[in-house]
Amino acid sequence: MDTLVLQVLNSLFYASILFQIACGLTLIYGVMRIVNLAHGNLYALGAYVSGWVLGLLATPGTQPRMWFFVLLLAGAVAAAAAGAILEPTLLRPLYKRAEEYQLLITFGLLLILEDLMHMVWGPHPLTSSALPDLLGSSTILGATYPNYNILVIAIGFVAALGVWAFVYRTKFGVILRATSQNMRMAAALGVNVKRVYVQAFTLGCFLAGLGGAIIMPISGAVLGMGIEALILAFVVVVIGGLGSLEGALVGAIIVGFVRTLGIMYFAEIELAVLYLIATIVLLVRPAGLFGRA
Amino acid sequence: MRQKVLTYAAPIAVALAAVPFVLPPYQTILLSYGLIMAIAALGFNLLLGYTGLLSFGHSAYFGVGAYAAAFLVKYAGITSIEAFLLGGLIASALVSAIFGFICVRHTRIFFSILALALSQVLWSLALKLFWVTGGTDGLRVPTPTLLGGLVQTTGDKLVFLSRTYYYLVLVVFGISVAVMWLIVHSPFGKALQAIRDNETRAEFVGVEVRKYRWIAFLVSGVFTGLAGTLWVPLNGLTTPDVLYWPFSGEIVFLTVLGGFRTFSGPIVGAVAFNYLKSYAVGLTVYWQFLLGVVLVVLVLALPSGIVGTLSQLRGRLARSAWHEPA
Repeated sequence: MDTLVLQVLNSLFYASILFQIACGLTLIYGVMRIVNLAHGNLYALGAYVSGWVLGLLATPGTQPRMWFFVLLLAGAVAAAAAGAILEPTLLRPLYKRAEEYQLLITFGLLLILEDLMHMVWGPHPLTSSALPDLLGSSTILGATYPNYNILVIAIGFVAALGVWAFVYRTKFGVILRATSQNMRMAAALGVNVKRVYVQAFTLGCFLAGLGGAIIMPISGAVLGMGIEALILAFVVVVIGGLGSLEGALVGAIIVGFVRTLGIMYFAEIELAVLYLIATIVLLVRPAGLFGRA
Repeated sequence: MRQKVLTYAAPIAVALAAVPFVLPPYQTILLSYGLIMAIAALGFNLLLGYTGLLSFGHSAYFGVGAYAAAFLVKYAGITSIEAFLLGGLIASALVSAIFGFICVRHTRIFFSILALALSQVLWSLALKLFWVTGGTDGLRVPTPTLLGGLVQTTGDKLVFLSRTYYYLVLVVFGISVAVMWLIVHSPFGKALQAIRDNETRAEFVGVEVRKYRWIAFLVSGVFTGLAGTLWVPLNGLTTPDVLYWPFSGEIVFLTVLGGFRTFSGPIVGAVAFNYLKSYAVGLTVYWQFLLGVVLVVLVLALPSGIVGTLSQLRGRLARSAWHEPA
């Protein structure tokens, strides 16, 4: 019983992080029809910035304090800021060009960001593993589980709820969906499409950065984490449907559970199984489980 | 056309054949890498430039070609280069036939992502099934024998790689270019271009779009697989890195660098990229940064690549010469 509870919690933990990455990826695709290959690097940026900020405070002799958790947000803010700069400078000139170029420029961005993080923070991982210990752990149905991991799961839920409310319950959400459905019509009706694009891209990057920031105390900020995460996020959005927020959530949960099962029973082919699931979904339902078109 | 072959191809072939006598061994080996990548890029461009499908998963076929040779060494004890090439061709044809069958059901971004996802299946298998594939350590491939030992391949490896192996690569490269030239100028090649330009019209004039795309995918994968097989003895080692998707990105990069709207673009791009990369790697540990900047500048400023830009320049020069006869 307690192993089952642990596995379910672990799956939800993975799903929470994956959702935050995939949600941004799918949001950006849904609004501006760009698949951002550098999206994983913005997730890594979130991890690095929050690791760096917490590292500045960790002088010998100081104990981590509760309010340090707030500093994790720095990573999310940094990723959002990077997004707000990158969209108008690099992506905007490319919306009218062929898809190949859009993919390529984000691939170039991936190479640049990967090495920039290497330059700034060096080859060694950043981490603040003492932080999660502050929260202790609790016993759920006989299983002992760290409270920090529960917090991560909760943040995932809040993020999902927040994005849903934002997109479906606010005026900005209406404008966003209108732009996504028909950019020209939205522009003709007076929507400032450029601004919507920057906002959507920034929001997507914020979510990715948040995912990176909250996983940092557990797995650290390491080189290559972005490239790895991107591929998992691809699996999530392919299963759920590129451009669909509900799909990102369901896809993240599916991938989270399959990974946990995989680590237990078929560790060697865990990744292969995930890609195979994605392939089968694309064959049976080309637009993914929740995709339109 | 015969005129064009004589004026362009013949001098280049002579120059390439003279390279081992003129340049130091290191430069010759570097050029071998470039020519091998050019074969991969030629195959890749049949899909991108001629059929209009951007595959972000061509590392799979390069890797299959490479691992096919490595498996022959490890499990059959075969070190003959002819067997490598045959094995690589068969293996990459099989894998690209299966993957292509799945991928061509989609176009545009979905095609790219599906190709990428499938290539990563192979990558994760190569990484995780370490008792078969050697995991991250990869598999070693020794100096191969040529023509069943008729050509001397023992002795100094540097001499072998910079002389005998260079000429082998050059011959395979020449054959690949000729075959690809025939393919893209055949009715089949014209049909692919029709599909690229207007899928619906191509369908209406009777082109079986999906089947043609599948065959193009298969041919493309085999060329890239062939490159992978040739690459292994030169490199001496294959690791899962050649299956990882950033390597697919490199293939896309070098094709666009040369210009994917032309036949010679991928060849020029592959050789140029190879020099660029080895220069950047020698110059700084942050070579990825350098390559990324080059790519971004390329996409923003020179989208038609080296060959496309040169021919535009030449066109402009020719026009101005026409208008103002000297």
